[in-house]
Amino acid sequence: MMHIFCPYCGELREEEEFHVKGQAHIERPKDPEACSDAEWGDYLFFRNNPRGVHHELWIHAVGCRKYFNITRHTVTYEILETYRMGEQPTITGETKADPTTQAKGVSA
Amino acid sequence: MSQQDNQTAAAPRRLASGGRIDRATPLTFTFNGKRYQGLAGDTLASALMANGLDVLNASFKYARPRGLVAAGAEEPNAILQLGSTEAGQVPNVRATQQALYDGLEAHAVSGWVKAQKDLMSRFLPQVGKLGGKFMPPGFYYKTFMAPASLWMTYEKYIRKAAGLGRSPLEEDPDIYDHLHQHTDVLVIGSGPAGLMAALVAARSGARVILCDEQEELGGSLLSMSADCLDQTLDGQPAIEWRDAVLAELEACEDVQLLPRTTANGYHDHNFVTLHERRTEHQADLAPLNARGAQQARSRLHRVRAHRVIMATGAHERPLVYSHNDVPGNLLAGAVTTYLTRYGVAAGDKLVLSVNNDHAYRAALAWAAAGREVVAIADARPDPAGVMVEAARAAGIRIIAGAAVIEAKGERRVTGARIAAIDIDAFSVTGAVEELACDTIASSGGYSPVVHLAAHTGARPVWSDEIHGFLPALGAPMLKGFDACGAANGSFALEDVLVAAYASGVAAVEACEFETAQAEVPAVSELAETPMLPLYQVPHDKPTARAPKQFVDLQNDVTAAGIELATREGFESIEHVKRYTAMGFGTDQGKLGNINGMAVAARCLGQTIPDTGTTVFRPNYTPVTFGAIVGRHCGELFDPIRYTAMHEWHVAQGAKFEDVGQWKRPWYYPQGSEDMHAAVERECLAVREKVGVLDASTLGKIDITGRDAREFLNRIYTNAWAKLGVGKARYGLMCHDDGMVMDDGVTTCLAEDHFLMTTTTGGAASILEWLELWHQTEWPELDVQMTSVTDHWATLTVTGPEARALVGELTDIDLDRDSFKFMEVREGLIADIPGRIFRISFTGELSYELNVPANYGLHVWKRLFECGKKYGLTPYGTETMHVLRAEKGFIIVGQDTDGSITPEDLGMQWCVGYNKPYSWIGKRALSRPDTRRDDRKQMVGLIPTRKKAGDERIVLPEGSQIVFDPEHAIPMPMVGHVTSSYYSPTLGHGFALAVVKGGAKRIGETVFLPQADGTTLEAEITSPVFYDKKGERQHV
Amino acid sequence: MSDATTLDPQAGAAVDAQPQDMTSSQTSVIDQRPTPEVHAQCARSPLAHLFTARDDGDAGIVLQEKAFLGHLTLRGDPAQPGFAEGVEAALGLALPLTPATLHQNEGGRSIQWLSPDEWLILVPGEEAFTVEKALHEALAGRYQVVNVSGGQTVISLSGDQARQVLMKSTPTDVHPRAFPVGRGVPAVFAKATLVLRRVSESEFELVVRRSFADYLGRWLLDASEEFGVCIKG
Ligand SMILES: [Zn+2]
Repeated sequence: MMHIFCPYCGELREEEEFHVKGQAHIERPKDPEACSDAEWGDYLFFRNNPRGVHHELWIHAVGCRKYFNITRHTVTYEILETYRMGEQPTITGETKADPTTQAKGVSA
Repeated sequence: MSQQDNQTAAAPRRLASGGRIDRATPLTFTFNGKRYQGLAGDTLASALMANGLDVLNASFKYARPRGLVAAGAEEPNAILQLGSTEAGQVPNVRATQQALYDGLEAHAVSGWVKAQKDLMSRFLPQVGKLGGKFMPPGFYYKTFMAPASLWMTYEKYIRKAAGLGRSPLEEDPDIYDHLHQHTDVLVIGSGPAGLMAALVAARSGARVILCDEQEELGGSLLSMSADCLDQTLDGQPAIEWRDAVLAELEACEDVQLLPRTTANGYHDHNFVTLHERRTEHQADLAPLNARGAQQARSRLHRVRAHRVIMATGAHERPLVYSHNDVPGNLLAGAVTTYLTRYGVAAGDKLVLSVNNDHAYRAALAWAAAGREVVAIADARPDPAGVMVEAARAAGIRIIAGAAVIEAKGERRVTGARIAAIDIDAFSVTGAVEELACDTIASSGGYSPVVHLAAHTGARPVWSDEIHGFLPALGAPMLKGFDACGAANGSFALEDVLVAAYASGVAAVEACEFETAQAEVPAVSELAETPMLPLYQVPHDKPTARAPKQFVDLQNDVTAAGIELATREGFESIEHVKRYTAMGFGTDQGKLGNINGMAVAARCLGQTIPDTGTTVFRPNYTPVTFGAIVGRHCGELFDPIRYTAMHEWHVAQGAKFEDVGQWKRPWYYPQGSEDMHAAVERECLAVREKVGVLDASTLGKIDITGRDAREFLNRIYTNAWAKLGVGKARYGLMCHDDGMVMDDGVTTCLAEDHFLMTTTTGGAASILEWLELWHQTEWPELDVQMTSVTDHWATLTVTGPEARALVGELTDIDLDRDSFKFMEVREGLIADIPGRIFRISFTGELSYELNVPANYGLHVWKRLFECGKKYGLTPYGTETMHVLRAEKGFIIVGQDTDGSITPEDLGMQWCVGYNKPYSWIGKRALSRPDTRRDDRKQMVGLIPTRKKAGDERIVLPEGSQIVFDPEHAIPMPMVGHVTSSYYSPTLGHGFALAVVKGGAKRIGETVFLPQADGTTLEAEITSPVFYDKKGERQHV
Repeated sequence: MSDATTLDPQAGAAVDAQPQDMTSSQTSVIDQRPTPEVHAQCARSPLAHLFTARDDGDAGIVLQEKAFLGHLTLRGDPAQPGFAEGVEAALGLALPLTPATLHQNEGGRSIQWLSPDEWLILVPGEEAFTVEKALHEALAGRYQVVNVSGGQTVISLSGDQARQVLMKSTPTDVHPRAFPVGRGVPAVFAKATLVLRRVSESEFELVVRRSFADYLGRWLLDASEEFGVCIKG
């Protein structure tokens, strides 16, 4: 049961108030008709599933009803940052070393 | 029952004085139907022990007699069934954690033995030695790996035996509830560490919860006694410091003290579940409270804590020696606790087998109680230190470099075989001496209770210093989580208090409070000497041939079993556990896991940390389902949503259908009508006269803004640019993959103002969907959306007489030419301001009345006041389904399933191919997959009628469709029936279905093989069955 | 009654309006309240069937439905010039810009922050249309006012055990330190949702959706039972 900081409400709230909506920063191609079938298929169906830092789109459903983004570690469940729509993450898989890869005994 | 049976025998093992029990308050209880007496302050375990009850259960696999081992949550054997009534039955109760109350009834659990006997007598010609043969080590593993038939054979017996007790057969009359808690600091465990940390936190003004699984707060302080050299705090007995701290904490407004409360699960971001047993110590069933109201028997606290301090102490590890399961073999610390806290001696003649100083307390307390300590076998070659000297001074024989290698006795210990051992060589090095005794207490050291710290995936870390696992403090899964005291490997009282003080201060600072003055009490000096690591004790025979050395008592896992597992190639401790079932009992191997790892490590010739770490999962101890469910049961199980007219439907005897969380009238039976009769009557009433449907559950969204129209253009498949004010239009919504997700009518109320309707089930998700696109992709659009689903009551009046009826109630001009189909008007409806939408889901002349919901019931009743002469008939969702299906109108979610495009539905008329913006779903319609000719397409089906009565055939919904019923099985399935009804208007059954390439197969015959072996036959038709030109809605 | 007006797009250009972006969109606004006589005769509140007067004596929980209030949803951008001023002019209450706060006055009006662009306005029922119209007149540009009076009702919760009942029901922190007077938030409540607000030291208001009112009412009664209940009719 995560504790999530809503960047619009400016507070930590219980996970029950939020819904996850999948990978963040999936932008709809500006000109869909110009996309090849493969490009359109990528947009529709292909998502990252990293073991580590991940950017997710969430909505504060029982709250301000605003969509926002969470940078979350998929193994430790740490929430590294939350940020508003239109903003970019400051923490990415590249900038954040994975603390769990050093720990012994963790298997995927 | 004879007079004599009513007498309770004196408790033979009760000491004359001492303990935290109230000798003036005797309590009567029964065990296996026989009456005994205990005292207030007893646990069920201490009362059983006081009465000399050695054998409490038969073991799970070998049916060996078992008695008490421990005094707390780690008890593996004394798992009893409680309850004096059928409804009050509670399985899996640890006698050590159950407070005694007057009238308590407890039973041993013998389900396993019985199941096993059943199986043996059925499958084996001669009943030999019970167990062992039937379930050798690796039984589960091998059974699952073997051909499936073997598991089928065993399954029902294993299921019968699974668990250690039975559920009540009657409904539980008790209630349970939840409490959502938020706290600055949650302290788990109220021993010296927990009390110290809580005190520091409380004095700062922080919100503090202090919980402990025991009846009383105080933890180890409760069993401290001068008899066993226990230390003083500030020169006073430790219990006095405990009393003072608790008194202070109790006086703090923002401190909650929760005894009888187990922290069972540690979840992400410091979310902890606590299970509080509120009345289990008082009676079988929860007594009424002072107001005469029911109170919760137990409560689940869902705690969000800024900081968690785990002060859960340590569990003593038993030594693993032969026949260490015979009743009378206990943990040294348990022997001490029973003596000092409950005034009960576990027996008369004690042999102690230890590898550390602390366990000597058992011998000192035993001697102080006037019992005989036969000997202490200390594995250390040269034991010294204050405790050891005190034992020597008391005249107790200490055998150095030795251990109990085997217990003698069957239903009770009768002796101990002691020998000198070489731990490194894992061998017995000297002659074996057998000493007569009735109790063997062992101690192999102390395992910090790290379970909670592992629940979020932070694996405990082995410490060579304490020879145990420590919580992985600092791990990313343990942010804001701290541990102190024995739970974090500090065992000396002074170290415990200092560490706890520091934990308290750190917590206070993290919560941004100022640390108030508090001091660590002065601890009297007591030096302990180091322990010597020892887990399994060598026997004079090799492990495989030595009498059984139990590692996991609850699951009957032996050292030999683990050795076998490693010989068979199971090297990871996780595999060993699954092979042997070690740690799979209700105690999760609290006593056995580390010994088991030590055995595996020895067999594999490696260290314990190399063998792996141990993982714990919630819950720490079993939790009753009642507490998990809380009040979410019965009528409060899930929200039930009602429309404003609900009470009228109830009064008219409507049957209801659950649609999402809504209760919708399904049909309104009259007299003895069944559903079919009622629905036929309702259908004909609408087609011939007039009916009314409560359609309030439809989702409604008020949409405004100068870009509202453009927004609709992008969201819907069809075009909205030219929809005039006062006009309505049907719309289809797709996901961007081109699949239909919702539909409904949207009306233009003003140039920049629309009222969108959605399916009942889609109301909430569609609003979220609209917001998604507005917020993430098109924030520049001037459009705002607000749900008005609950605001408007919606009454659908439909049928040839609808105009006449509605005309009686409204000032709106209903003339067919001035108020046309697909238009809206505002005005008074039965004196209530509202809107009328001339839209139709039945194909008949229809008016949808929208009035503010507070007046919905009034308008509904007025309709019926005026409606009698028109034959107004209320109809429900079933009739609505029939009527719309006759017209070929789809229901999203019934006729579609997320794989159907607008074109599959034949709804090209509802697709704006030329709209300038590439609306949601458009691009996907030109993907190769959506362009296939053999996609499943919406068609109608009419069952083939071959004889009289066949007109009543209704194809079962969900039936698979095949083209060739003679095809070998598996037949290629080419579609399925999505909606199917009998139509009283048509006089025969009909269905909507999706069929591969169906649009071009009109007139063909398809087949529908049924589960009963018969095959139905039907003709593919247009999906519009009634009024194909759509004239009736325009009248 | 039925005003049924389509507002003049040029009407109500607010103070400091920026001409190029400050025309109101055209919306249909109707006075949805019938005459007082009709209302008195015909209105049925969502909890009328459940919250019938009752007093257990020395009750720890006091419940009351505040029925038939005017509920308006306001959406808009406070960064837009004139928006906050327009709301204040129309309502007589300053627009709350701090998340999770509400402003209220003696006249029974209140406005609560729900989102950076959404507020809940409660007014006496007969004032709903006046306020709705005043808002339309005072606002321009991107905004929305929607009458949702029929879709919601308000439950007043007070009594010594109010906090305890809330703790049984919602994961929202209701400790006085975390939930002072003037705070209001949407909240998960049992298995439904509502808007929870603290309007005074002793009183919480629960704004519930009509269709969930029965479920939430029953939940509250159940949670309150052990403390004794007083329901004010
Ligand atoms: Zn928010």
